[in-house]
Amino acid sequence: MSKSKPVLTSSLGKKLVMSLTGLFLCTFLIVHLIGNLQLFSDDLGYSFNNYAYFMTHFTPIKVVSYLLYASIIIHAVYALILTIKNKAARPIEYNKTDGKANSTWNSRNMGILGTVLLVFIATHMQNFWFQYKFGTTPYVEYRTDIATGDRQTDQFDNVPETYTGYRSFVDNGVETVQSKDLYTQVAVTFKNPLIVLFYVIAMGALSFHLIHGFQSAFQTLGFNHRRYIGVIRAIGVWGFGVIIPVLFALMPLYFYFLK
Amino acid sequence: MSGQMNLTLKVWRQTNINDKGQFVTYQAKDIADDMSFLEMLDIVNDDLTRKGEDPIYFDHDCREGICGMCSLVINGRPHGPEYGTTTCQLHMRSFHDGQTIVIEPWRAAAFPVLKDLAVDRTSFERIQQAGGYVNVNTGGVPDANAIAIPKRIADEAFESATCIGCGACVAACKNASAMLFVSAKISQFALLPQGQTERYERAQSMVDQMDAEGFGNCTNTGACEAECPVGIKMTNIARMNREYFTAKLFREEDVHN
Repeated sequence: MSKSKPVLTSSLGKKLVMSLTGLFLCTFLIVHLIGNLQLFSDDLGYSFNNYAYFMTHFTPIKVVSYLLYASIIIHAVYALILTIKNKAARPIEYNKTDGKANSTWNSRNMGILGTVLLVFIATHMQNFWFQYKFGTTPYVEYRTDIATGDRQTDQFDNVPETYTGYRSFVDNGVETVQSKDLYTQVAVTFKNPLIVLFYVIAMGALSFHLIHGFQSAFQTLGFNHRRYIGVIRAIGVWGFGVIIPVLFALMPLYFYFLK
Repeated sequence: MSGQMNLTLKVWRQTNINDKGQFVTYQAKDIADDMSFLEMLDIVNDDLTRKGEDPIYFDHDCREGICGMCSLVINGRPHGPEYGTTTCQLHMRSFHDGQTIVIEPWRAAAFPVLKDLAVDRTSFERIQQAGGYVNVNTGGVPDANAIAIPKRIADEAFESATCIGCGACVAACKNASAMLFVSAKISQFALLPQGQTERYERAQSMVDQMDAEGFGNCTNTGACEAECPVGIKMTNIARMNREYFTAKLFREEDVHN
C-alpha cells in the first residue's frame, strides 16, 4: 500500500464536496424561508423591505451570501464533473432498463432536477436580486405614528442627493422610513402567470431534489445508523420535501390570487 | 405443476473484446418452468451446437449462488426479476409463455465484454489486491477465539463478507459505481481486530484503485442494495466513507523526526 491521492480528487472527495455544499444550501433555504415569510405580513411591506435592506447591507450576511453563490456554483460544477465521469463509466448503455424496480425516480434524475433549479435560481436572481441592486425597483416611504401605530405609505419620488437607498428618522412622534420597495417588486412580478407557474414547478423540483438529496448528503458523510437515520429521513422528506417547498410555492400563489 | 413455455430471447452476441457486437434473436422452445435460467440457456446452446452455430458464451461455475460467476442483465435487471438471487438461482417460473427476454452483459467501462455475455471482472481483483487482505505472522496456529470480538461486530463483519464479488451492484448502478463492492470488502476487515493494522491505508488504497479502474460515482440511488444477490447493505458505503474521510483527515500518520 502506497501513499494515496489528495482527498478532493477522489470519487469520495468529490461526493464530499457535493454533500457539504448541498447541506449548506439546505441551511440557507431555512433562513431564506423564514425571512420571506414576512411577505405574508399585512403591513404594506414595511417589515419585508426593512429585512431586504438589512440582508443586503449587513457585512456578515454579505460574506455568507458570497459563500452561498460559491456553493451553488461548486455544487453545479462538481455535479457536472461527476455526471461526465459517470457517463464515461458506462460507455455502452443497456438496451433495456428497469430503473423503477430498484430505485426511486428522483434519485436517478437529480441532474435534471438540479438543472431546473439552476435555471430557477438564475431567473429568481434576475427577478429580484438584480432588480433590487441595479434595476427598476421603486422607492417607498413609510410614515408610522409611534403613539398609535398607524402607518401610511407614499411614493417616494424626490430622492435627495444624500440618500443612499435607505433612511430612517423620527420627527414629531412620526417614524419615517424611506427604502427601496422590494415588496411591490415582488407583488408586480407575481402578477405574471408564467412566472408564478415556473416558480411553483421549480418548488416541485426542489421538493424531489431534496427528498433524495438531504438523506443522500448524510449517507455520503457516513451518517447512516438505525438509531438516527429515521430522523434524518423524516427531516428530508417532511421538512425539505414538503414544508419548505410548499411555503415557498405559496408566496407567488398568494400574490397572484390574493393581492 | 410443471408447465412448458416458448420464449423469444434477444441475446447480445459479440465475438471478442474488439467486436462491436449486436443483438441476435433466438427461440427457446419447450422450456420447463422449474429449470434455472442457466439451464434454459444450456438447452438453447445444445440446439445451437447441433446446428453447428457458435453457442452463447456466458459465465457460470457453482450454480448454487455462492461463486459470483453468473451474471447477465435480464430484462434490465441484474440477475433477473427476482430479489436476492443470482442468475443460477433464477427459475423459469419467473417468466411466462411467449415472453420476450432481453439478455445483456454487465455494462461498465471497467467490465469489458470478452465474448457474448461474459465480461472481464479482473478490475475487482485488482481492487482486492490493492488492500483487501490482512497481514499475519507466520508461526504456530493461534487458538480459536483467542481475540474477543463482540457478537454484533462479528455478525456485521460476516454480513459484509458475504459479498460474492459478482458485480451486480455495478451492473445495476446508473453510474456503474463499484462502491457497494468496495465498501463491503473494506468493511469486513475494518470491523475486525485482525484488520486494524492496514485499516486506514486499506480504505485509501482500495478507493484509489476503484477510481483508477474507471468505475462511476455513487449517487445513493440504492439500486445496488436492491439488486445485490446476497443482501449487502448501503450502510457499508457509509462506513467506507467514514473510513476514507477519517483516514484522510486524521489517520495519515507520518514519522516526524
